[in-house]
Amino acid sequence: MSASPRETLDSPQKLQDACISTEGLSVSYAKSYALRDLHLEIPRGSITALVGPSGCGKSSFLKTLNRLTDLITGCRVTGSVRLDGEDIYQSGFDVLSLRRRVGMIFQKPNPFPLSIRRNLTLPLEEHGTQDSAALAAKTEAALRDVGLWDEVKDRLDSSAMILSGGQQQRLCIARALALGPEVVLLDEPCSALDPLSSAVVEDLIASLRESYTVIIVTHNLSQARRIADQTALFWLENGAGTLIETAPTEQFFSQPQHRLTKEYVSGARG
Amino acid sequence: MNRSSVKADRTATFLCWIVAFAVTGTFFWILWDLLGHGFKGISWSFLTTQPRDAGRSGGISSVLVSTSLILGVCLGVAIPTGVGTAAFLSEWIPRKSRVGRWIRRSLDLLAAVPSIVFGLFGAVFFGEVLGFGFSILSGGLTLALMVLPILIRATEAGFRSASEELRLGGAALGLRRATILRHLLLPAASHGIVVGLVLGVGRALAETAALIFTSGYVTRMPSSLLDSGRSISVHIYDLAMNVPGGEANAYATAVVLILLLILINSLASWATQTWLGGRSLP
Ligand SMILES: Nc1ncnc2c1ncn2[C@@H]1O[C@H](COP(=O)(O)OP(=O)(O)O)[C@@H](O)[C@H]1O
Ligand SMILES: [Mg+2]
Repeated sequence: MSASPRETLDSPQKLQDACISTEGLSVSYAKSYALRDLHLEIPRGSITALVGPSGCGKSSFLKTLNRLTDLITGCRVTGSVRLDGEDIYQSGFDVLSLRRRVGMIFQKPNPFPLSIRRNLTLPLEEHGTQDSAALAAKTEAALRDVGLWDEVKDRLDSSAMILSGGQQQRLCIARALALGPEVVLLDEPCSALDPLSSAVVEDLIASLRESYTVIIVTHNLSQARRIADQTALFWLENGAGTLIETAPTEQFFSQPQHRLTKEYVSGARG
Repeated sequence: MNRSSVKADRTATFLCWIVAFAVTGTFFWILWDLLGHGFKGISWSFLTTQPRDAGRSGGISSVLVSTSLILGVCLGVAIPTGVGTAAFLSEWIPRKSRVGRWIRRSLDLLAAVPSIVFGLFGAVFFGEVLGFGFSILSGGLTLALMVLPILIRATEAGFRSASEELRLGGAALGLRRATILRHLLLPAASHGIVVGLVLGVGRALAETAALIFTSGYVTRMPSSLLDSGRSISVHIYDLAMNVPGGEANAYATAVVLILLLILINSLASWATQTWLGGRSLP
């Protein structure tokens, strides 16, 4: 993190290496649109923050990227989402392995009501790690990555539900990282946590840069400013969420181009 | 709160207590009566010897064996079918789909059908059409049909009460639906399954009408599932109604039945704690 990531982002050949790109992406529930005609490129190995008022389709957008929208009855996705150049909505696309490659962390920490260890081994086994030594090694590595190992190594078989909120959220991140994803989606991961845990989780997210492509929805503008390489503003227009402006984070906050961005950044709206 | 509503509140509380006392009081009165008449008849040899003289003397060993076998057949068929159907209803088809509504409605209808109708159906279908005759197999299968509606509905409620969070969280990690069901939803539904099982087993153990027509009332020790066998409630009924001088053993057998129900009740909650819920409970 010491080398400024913003420089790498600004260099043109990096920008061309989009990990995820969407074209004309729309999401509707029953009759109404939650998101309309979204064109967005997410550069590889960077952190992208999505900001904007509630209800403008940020969570819906994240759910299109791992096709969690498939599970919602009445939800329809049109347009295209490409991951490493491949359309994830093409027929026959392997959704289970997509979800391994694109991990997701929710606002409310959602560890399974199982032991700490089982929270990690259940998904690992599902994705083909059967050998118990390998399982143990991956479990330890993932818990170390999120700085949880020393806190839980003596009680791996106790229930994950007895951990604090911040620890639970880090366990959920570890669970996703253990599967070796390319992309990590985080939907307001700190907003259910106390300030101290929130700071720990924020540092953890910042440390994911370069190893992963990270997309984080946040209502905390200073958090976006601290950790994100680029920031995108979503807004509700004509009853549907749209993308207003995307820019490198520094530019987004210091020289916003769009009127709404100016007002949102200055706190006048949103 | 004003004075009259305080008064109404007190009256309501008082009435609730009275009703609660009446209900538990009645239960303990029955228990007291049973124990008073039947407890002295219970001994190790009562449990381990076969009935003699139409049940007036001797014990109930063959009756206990038949009962366990009937119950075993019933649960062996009802649990997998019931949990499977409940999972199908709650996880595989949309909540308001026509198939789902149709299945639920027929289950509710089935739950309300008198047991004697099940008995006649079982006698014809299992006994004659499938050729199992008067047998433990026919009786157990008939009981399974009776128990299924309760079991399915309670288990389905258990699955539904499992939070959406588990489903989404599991899916977001790329878990297959079957894995989510087996490892996340089933433990969460275990309470519903236990409730369904306890109600179902209670109904099965108490059943007489359906069993007289299907598993029969022969007191011999059964040697296979195709043998006829007398279940415990049928034995009580027969001793009390058809056998002059059988009252003492009827009472003793009734005490055994009550003890059995209590035992099964505790076993069921212990088993789910240990096998299904144990790892999942904090
Ligand atoms: N499961 C759902 N069913 C129906 N409508 C939904 C569902 N999820 C979200 N919506 C609607 O879609 C719109 C966008 O919601 P969401 O994506 O959660 O926005 P955000 O995360 O920016 O607050 C809202 O109007 C919301 O009511
Ligand atoms: Mg949201």
